Amino acid sequence: VTALPAPPSGRAGRRLAATLWRHPRLQLSALLAGPIGWLVIAYLGSLAVLFVAAFWHLDEFSGLVVKDYSLTNFQTLLEGHVYREIVLRTALIAAAVTVTDAVLAFPIAFTMAKLSSARTRGLLVVAVLMPLWASYLVKVYAWRVILQEDGILNWALGPLGLHGPGFGNVATWLVFSYLWLPYMILPIYAGLERIPNSLLDASGDLGGRPGVTFRRVVAPMAFPAVVAGSIFTFSLTLGDYIAPQLVSSTQFIGNVVYTNVGVANNLPLAAAFATVPVVIMIGYLLVARRLGAFDSL
Amino acid sequence: VITMRWGVAVVATAALALAAGCGSDSSSSGGSGGGVKAPEGPKAPTKLGANEGQVNLVAWAGYVEDGSTDPKVDWVSDFEKQTGCQVNVKIGNTSDEMVTLMRTGKYDAVSASGDATLRLIAGGDVAPVNTDLVPNYADVFPGLKDKPFNSVDGQMYGIPHGRGANLLMWRTDKVKGNPDSWSAVFDQASANKGKVTAYDNPIYIADAALYLKATKPELKIDNPYELDETQFKAAVDLLKAQRQNIGEYWSDYTKEQAAFSSGDSVVGTTWQVIANLLEADKVPVKTTLPKEGATGWSDTWMVSSKAQHPNCAYAWLNHIISPKANAEVAEWFGEAPANQKSCALTAVKDHCKIFHADDEAYFDKVAFWTTPRKDCGDSRGAKCMDYSQWVQAWTEIKG
Repeated sequence: VTALPAPPSGRAGRRLAATLWRHPRLQLSALLAGPIGWLVIAYLGSLAVLFVAAFWHLDEFSGLVVKDYSLTNFQTLLEGHVYREIVLRTALIAAAVTVTDAVLAFPIAFTMAKLSSARTRGLLVVAVLMPLWASYLVKVYAWRVILQEDGILNWALGPLGLHGPGFGNVATWLVFSYLWLPYMILPIYAGLERIPNSLLDASGDLGGRPGVTFRRVVAPMAFPAVVAGSIFTFSLTLGDYIAPQLVSSTQFIGNVVYTNVGVANNLPLAAAFATVPVVIMIGYLLVARRLGAFDSL
Repeated sequence: VITMRWGVAVVATAALALAAGCGSDSSSSGGSGGGVKAPEGPKAPTKLGANEGQVNLVAWAGYVEDGSTDPKVDWVSDFEKQTGCQVNVKIGNTSDEMVTLMRTGKYDAVSASGDATLRLIAGGDVAPVNTDLVPNYADVFPGLKDKPFNSVDGQMYGIPHGRGANLLMWRTDKVKGNPDSWSAVFDQASANKGKVTAYDNPIYIADAALYLKATKPELKIDNPYELDETQFKAAVDLLKAQRQNIGEYWSDYTKEQAAFSSGDSVVGTTWQVIANLLEADKVPVKTTLPKEGATGWSDTWMVSSKAQHPNCAYAWLNHIISPKANAEVAEWFGEAPANQKSCALTAVKDHCKIFHADDEAYFDKVAFWTTPRKDCGDSRGAKCMDYSQWVQAWTEIKG
């Protein structure tokens, strides 16, 4: 006989408990009502409102929102080549950041997972997580100081006759690569740790040189983890608009959305443009699922 | 699997229901037409009653200081004591945000720049102001009264707060010669390629139009805020060419201050207050009002047409342009005060001279920010580019 919790006193309480016990599905629904309700109303609800607002438009004279449905905004976005350029630029920089972070993160994660003693591993984990304790803004402003005309980078490169990149696309790429690196290291580290050491030994015993072991054992098994990390680096870069504003005058998708909400008061156009990253991310996540990224999250 | 599907269906249905609920309450748009007409509704009060105990303001940062930013900067506490009106302030970061806030009807008064005032008047969001009920109005510089951006048909819609011009600033150690023309940031900008800066806002298109007005008379630009398609295109093309030489744009003053002191920007448009801060840091900069003239801002305190505390709002209007308070706010923000008597009360004795407060010839060369509208305001009719087109063009210019 398993020990059941003492039934609640009172007839109504007892009946409720009995009903719940007899209907496990009801029990589950009651348990999940809160979180799912929050997800639907606050999260999916706001996405739905965003999508609906994308079909509204502004009245030319008063600047007020007209809640009629039309495709005006999407037409504006498709016809203006500047919007295509901005989408392309945002996606390309996000991709560049992702590749950079993957290349930088892999050796660090491998060292942490396979080569370090428990003590060193602990220190490395702290070192990776430490930047996350500092405010995002502080880190971006620090990069301003590094990259500015009389900054550290130009001071260091000066004697070599070189000059830093200044504020522009290169600066955004550098800053984002720095900001999101921990989000790439941690999933790869988790993925590598799951590869049993015996497999590496077996590969070696069978005559596999380190290169072959890496290519045929480590890489295929760690790949889903890299894709999982890339979801973070890619989506975080895709959605950011503060860093581009601070270290360049480059426009990201987010900057255009921000301008249209804050400056122009053109909420419908902002909503229409905001659907672009949503669509890009849905595509990205579908591919990531194919590649098994969700199994290693 | 079945429960999973069921869950997804519920979620999707709920989301759609929510969306439909939002879409169904379609409100009609209050089309107020292209020209600024005084709307029928709001009337100016003829006499004031007892103070209501509080007042809700929308203001630029630095306009309503009660000592919480800097204990020495406080022109609100005394007002609260004298009038019994508790001041609640909501900072508006842009003119557009201020318009949105005022449309909620929850605020009594706003410090609106010229690119917001007309929108507020046309939308019926603010009421005319009876200047007889604001005794200090008598001391306001005549050059600020009955302007197109603060009045309609001779009826004032607010009380002038102060004004300033967007100037040309350069690093004297990095830029050769003493530029006296905006060509330094337009036609001659390539001399400082990558080190030119500009104000990051659609309203900056007017700066290009002002320059074209002087250099390309064949475009027949009269008012840089009333641009028809040809004129607008010329201004936008000029700014696209300028874009090649821009290092970075600036939108808040701290960013420009940092860029000039580090040398990332060496020439560009500025406010006097930024130049003052840089000079205090021993950065070698100079400013000038170029020969083509300049754009600028002139702010107006307006009273909401739905004000719940109109008496306290009028008390505030009178207080903020009183000689002492107006001197304090003008010094703190770095602009020319509206009240003539303020000039005798500033801590820095020649503040009014530095900011050209009584120099009408100086301000005659300044084209104050105003909202671009479809109606050109002249014989061309409704052929001009409105503000939403300015915004889209600005996105295109930045690329």
